[in-house]
Amino acid sequence: MEHYNMNLTLKVWRQKNADAQGKFETYPVSGISSEMSFLEMFDVLNERLINEGKEPIAFDHDCREGICGACSMHINGRAHGPWAGTTTCQLHMRAFKDGDTLTVEPWRAGSFPVVKDLTVDRGAFDRIIEAGGYVSVNTGNAQDANNILVPKDDADAAFAAAACIGCGACVAACKNSSAMLFVSAKVSQLALLPQGQPEKKSRALNMIAQMDKEGFGSCTNTGACEAECPKEISLTNIARLNREYINAGFTYEK
Amino acid sequence: MLNSKIPAGSLDKKWEDYKGHCKLVNPANKRNMEVIIVGTGLAGASAAASLGELGYKVKAFCFQDSPRRAHSIAAQGGINAAKNYQNDGDSVFRLFYDTVKGGDYRAREANVHRLAEVSGNIIDQCVAQGVPFAREYGGLLSNRSFGGTQVQRTFYAAGQTGQQLLLGAYSALERQVALGNVTMYNRHEMLDIVVIDGKARGIIARDLITGKLERHFGHAVLLASGGYGNVFYLSTNAMGSNVTAAWKATRKGAFFGNPCYTQIHPTCIPVSGDHQSKLTLMSESLRNDGRIWVPKKQNDTRKPSDIPEDERDYYLERRYPAFGNLVPRDVASRAAKERCDAGYGVGSSKQAVYLDFAFNMDRYGRIEASKRQISNPSADEIRKLGKEVVAEKYGNLFDMYAKITGENPYEVPMRIYPAVHYTMGGLWVDYELMTTVTGLYALGEANFSDHGANRLGASALMQGLADGYFVIPYTLGNYLAGEIGTKAYSLDHPAFIEAEKNVQSTIDKLMNIKGTKSVDHFHKKLGKIMWDKCGMARNEQGLKEAIVEIQQLRAEFWKDVRIPGDANEFNPELEKAGRVADFLELGELMCVDALNRRESCGGHFREESQTDEGEAQRDDANFSYVSAWEYKGESQFELHKEALEFVECKPTQRSYK
Repeated sequence: MEHYNMNLTLKVWRQKNADAQGKFETYPVSGISSEMSFLEMFDVLNERLINEGKEPIAFDHDCREGICGACSMHINGRAHGPWAGTTTCQLHMRAFKDGDTLTVEPWRAGSFPVVKDLTVDRGAFDRIIEAGGYVSVNTGNAQDANNILVPKDDADAAFAAAACIGCGACVAACKNSSAMLFVSAKVSQLALLPQGQPEKKSRALNMIAQMDKEGFGSCTNTGACEAECPKEISLTNIARLNREYINAGFTYEK
Repeated sequence: MLNSKIPAGSLDKKWEDYKGHCKLVNPANKRNMEVIIVGTGLAGASAAASLGELGYKVKAFCFQDSPRRAHSIAAQGGINAAKNYQNDGDSVFRLFYDTVKGGDYRAREANVHRLAEVSGNIIDQCVAQGVPFAREYGGLLSNRSFGGTQVQRTFYAAGQTGQQLLLGAYSALERQVALGNVTMYNRHEMLDIVVIDGKARGIIARDLITGKLERHFGHAVLLASGGYGNVFYLSTNAMGSNVTAAWKATRKGAFFGNPCYTQIHPTCIPVSGDHQSKLTLMSESLRNDGRIWVPKKQNDTRKPSDIPEDERDYYLERRYPAFGNLVPRDVASRAAKERCDAGYGVGSSKQAVYLDFAFNMDRYGRIEASKRQISNPSADEIRKLGKEVVAEKYGNLFDMYAKITGENPYEVPMRIYPAVHYTMGGLWVDYELMTTVTGLYALGEANFSDHGANRLGASALMQGLADGYFVIPYTLGNYLAGEIGTKAYSLDHPAFIEAEKNVQSTIDKLMNIKGTKSVDHFHKKLGKIMWDKCGMARNEQGLKEAIVEIQQLRAEFWKDVRIPGDANEFNPELEKAGRVADFLELGELMCVDALNRRESCGGHFREESQTDEGEAQRDDANFSYVSAWEYKGESQFELHKEALEFVECKPTQRSYK
């Protein structure tokens, strides 16, 4: 693949803290290699800002392998930028060309308040998992792992749902800031496996209740979440969640 | 004197006897005992969940925005367990033997045997939690091979095994948070251990959002803070992975074990330029189906597809016919470096070798064609079917490779090169996982205990979860049973005040330097010294130079680092500065340790110690010990030796030929 260098104009959301008023700042950047990752381009810019005596741009990132779910930039109106099935850290600069202007914002959702610049607080996701995103099995309780057979198709479908990295792109992409794709991924994973059966009803009801309490919006099935999900979590999980929820609503007795 | 507290008795009875005789804490007393856990990766999250379930009051800390982001999440290939589901001759003893041998006879036998014993329980526990491991069509769990073994004992979930295991432990942890047994402190960094009357009694943590320092009491403190590979700047570790918790413990009296034992992983995506911020691993599992080769001609610039079969050197298969492409990591890494140094490297940097899937894609394609009863399939058909099989096994890894390099690994061989991946060294712990500071424990990669001088693939996940789910719940109780009369100390105890004051003054000192160079500037320089002089190959002269260079760099850092912003706010540059300051001290100790160990073992190739064929030469007569270093002040370290005894696994020169 041919490598090339490019000059770009960045418009980046700067906000000192949760209470401060934020605004866009414009930064020209030059000599960016097409081989760099998007975050490495930010490293270059931050190094320059530090050398100029300015404050670098705060953004969440950690593994830079597309799996920890920390990175979270909204790039030119798209969660994680233009490449399908890709986190910001795995987006590479060959996605852009010389002279491009890039607008970079934090996730925009009331339930994800800005911490600083491009960093947001996604604690709501932890609290939704706390509401039921688990199997209640204490350490030491387990029987032999091969005692319960699990059809391969079910295991594969559960794995596909469990691949969710909890980054919040689904919420950021949704016009309603709905967290349905995130919730449905966990509910589906456990609903598809025999180990998840005993608690499936309370899990669906409690996780949805917590989701509503956190202020996430409703799902109107536009599919933006699926289109922007870096792990390509399928919309069919939301259908499954709806089935689980309705079934639980009719039959759960407590 | 170091006392490793290994129980008496035969190796296979030690753990059982220990469990049968260790002291217990009754449920009412557990409710009054507070336990601090730093780090929420596999070891920390599994410990927090298990101890919470037992009824202890647990406080868990992580610097990330959620415990689910700990770097265990990035482990790809799998987790070993001696289940023998494949009926291929596996057993607890074999897993134990392979691990001790793979570690080049520098691990403690009793710990490794315990690890092998509990390995099966880990798989059971994870399946019960709903971890979706790969399965066969009959519904049973699937296994694959990993380097350094001749059985199939690795359980996996595509190339995302670490993610699935961590999310299992994370959900167990969050369940305990909901039940009120665990309090979670996200975006908090531990910056000191509080020691009172010789016992660890708490920590000082910084709230990374507000910058405020906090005091936290615990009857015991558990560090599960991971490894220190980022001392090399470029590694496969996450950007935030750091040694700070372990290093603060070292400065408070915990000995540091085998600091120079670094694992250089053979299959990583090569460095592409100066802008590079981290390196990406391509799972070792790929070596099951990829063949490693370089051209037989030096400086061959032809495209790989233009190099005919008989002009390729499958050097691992040539040198190590018994294990071939599945030799352990240290052997594979050194062999790649040897070929590249000799001028046979490929790609624009010449610092890479090929990992080629074409052969096995066609093999799988023919099997698929046969399964589907397609007679006389064309070469294209075979390749297409083979690609589907490979995509199912490794799809996410191939996608990642394509995104990073812009090349399609289904069409052209991957280019790979060794990179820093894991650190076998860590805080010295006894059989109970306690450091040399009473009441201070180290779990998972943060300790030194199970992998000797080289970790086998799929063993890190096993160790992290073994420590957290199945070891610490017993050994911690044995200590806390003697602490039931200890009331929680006041946070105004002089030791807490003193520790907080020291942390504050370090932060003030960093903020007041107001120099001219960024933190990354110093980190990159340190990384280059470490990689060049304390990396895959080391010698006395280089190590001596490195020690002086690191001391100079450290002095320069404390004079000239620039940290913008304020200490009383979210300030990632300040976080990095504190971590790099600790790496600048650890790096020196790593070189001191490497200098002392005048032998080649595991991932550590000492140029003065090699066989006539250029293979690593271990020196059991002089170096069959654990190096445990005591911090005595800046640049002052005292060596304590724990002699290693091998009863069941007699050391031999490792041979994978």
